[in-house]
Amino acid sequence: MISARSAARWHWKNPSVIPGFGLTLGFTLAYLTLIILIPLAALGWRSAALGWFDFFRLITDARTLGALKVSFSTALIAAVVNVVFGVITAWVLVRYDFPGRRVVDAIVDLPFAIPTAVAGIALTALYAPNGLIGSFLTPLGIKVAYTPIGIVIALIAIGLPFVVRTVQPVMQEISREVEEAAASLGANRFQTIFRVILPGLVPAILTGFALALARGIGEYGSVIFIAGNIPFVSEIAPLLIVIRLEEFDYGSATAIATIMLIISFLMLLLINVIQAWSRRRFGYEQ
Amino acid sequence: MEIRVEKIRKEFDLYPALHDVSLDIKSGELIALLGPSGSGKTTLLRLIAGLEQPTQGRIFFGNEDASYKSVQERNVGFVFQHYALFRHMTVAENVAFGLTVRPKAQRPPKAEIRRRALELLDMVQLSGLEKRFPNQLSGGQRQRVALARAMAIEPRVLLLDEPFGALDAKVRKELRRWLREFHDRTGHTTVFVTHDQEEALELADRVVVMSQGKIEQVGSSDDVYDRPNSPFVFSFIGESANLPVTVEGGAVFFHGAPTGLSAQRDGAARLFFRPQDVSLAQEGPCFTGPVTSSRRLAGTRIAEVELGSSDQPCHVEIEVPLDAAASNGSVLSFRPTRWKLFY
Repeated sequence: MISARSAARWHWKNPSVIPGFGLTLGFTLAYLTLIILIPLAALGWRSAALGWFDFFRLITDARTLGALKVSFSTALIAAVVNVVFGVITAWVLVRYDFPGRRVVDAIVDLPFAIPTAVAGIALTALYAPNGLIGSFLTPLGIKVAYTPIGIVIALIAIGLPFVVRTVQPVMQEISREVEEAAASLGANRFQTIFRVILPGLVPAILTGFALALARGIGEYGSVIFIAGNIPFVSEIAPLLIVIRLEEFDYGSATAIATIMLIISFLMLLLINVIQAWSRRRFGYEQ
Repeated sequence: MEIRVEKIRKEFDLYPALHDVSLDIKSGELIALLGPSGSGKTTLLRLIAGLEQPTQGRIFFGNEDASYKSVQERNVGFVFQHYALFRHMTVAENVAFGLTVRPKAQRPPKAEIRRRALELLDMVQLSGLEKRFPNQLSGGQRQRVALARAMAIEPRVLLLDEPFGALDAKVRKELRRWLREFHDRTGHTTVFVTHDQEEALELADRVVVMSQGKIEQVGSSDDVYDRPNSPFVFSFIGESANLPVTVEGGAVFFHGAPTGLSAQRDGAARLFFRPQDVSLAQEGPCFTGPVTSSRRLAGTRIAEVELGSSDQPCHVEIEVPLDAAASNGSVLSFRPTRWKLFY
């Protein structure tokens, strides 16, 4: 009886032969505290010092709302676009062996490596009305650079590797047999892809989406060059924070940062909940 | 559904996996393709399914030439060694999949699909598990789901690729018996691939023994075990010993000594016999040699006897009565009672 009760008692950790639980957990917590929690707490502290009324007034300022809207909507659109093209890119890299596959595979990672400002300037040069691509789009009445479309393009470039790199390994593990089974049951290629392969990738796709979205919301370097930064039209929230800082308006900067943090946190939380549900739904966990 | 395989040749990157294989499968038969790995048995099964296209030759389903039909058009039930279930679908959805992907005109109504899925799950004895996901099932249960899923499309033939290969020994035996009953009940033409001869001999109406891309022998379990037609089949199925002999004037000689056996044709040959098909001899010409090791095997004793000259010894294993003096070093004399020569 006694042993049964003690076995059922809640433990800090399950007994394990793997050593170092205390040490590694301690390190993780200290590390996260130092580089993430303390700065965020300082942010919360500063915005709390504003008081509810001021905080509310600052975040409902028309220009702030405009910037938040630009930031979140462009990041959302870019993440959705990245999901579509990222999955296709991953598919091509996993399923086909063609000359230069490794090169293409390496190119996917480039947005991780190049300074975002460089990417932004390069894209601006391409899409500006007198640029290589922009000069073709302008006669059609399509303006990319210095509009929200430009922001979306910059965020697509920055976010692509997140989707590709999260989906690719999961796609690699799909066995041929599963596809052959679908075919032997009479499913055509289209049905096999949309009813058998893609549903199994949903958790990975959601992860990639969340990463690309988070990256897009916080992106600064590449966007400010291509956006044109017109208040209410193409001014992103991170830029507005910098502008407020340069005006020594620390309260306003803090408030914008805090509300971005809250919205981002809620969005990522929601994605995580959906993801946990889909993992269960798609049988990854019992 | 009868299946006729006519002179099928299959090459992978110019390396031939099957050489001109022909096989007739009768309607309602349970056939085992048996062979070591690399013998082409899985390739043959996949060709019948349409998962591979033949380099040459034709495959008939009944009178219909199915050689170049796609796997979708052939309407076969295929069961994979590792189940290949759709992990994001419940058991019921897995079973119903083949019906739900049919074109609208041929698709039964939803309620009917569900009824049939549940009926099939009942048939494979998995009622009540329809809402589970595949990874909540044991290996044996998963394989039965895979079978129910394959049966759902009312296949013309059921093809199983090492269906019990990934299961542990006990479940394997249970499922084997269960599959036999299932086959007797449904009467589907069934072809399964295995490298486990016990499984093939116990389960199949006819066994197709394959080696190196060719069919060595097709026959009942009794045929392939008792009347093997090639040295390969003799040594592959069951235990056997073989010795180099020469036949001269109707008598069989081993290392120049008469063995007491007689044969029709003269020349060099290999003598094959099973360990249990020997009798100990007291006198007359026979095989004689010292016992190098012996071990108890259930109700009998297996003795390894060294024959021939000491510079070129041949070791054979024979079954001896428990009371026979067969300790190491003692000398045994024996004569095969059933044997076969391959020239």
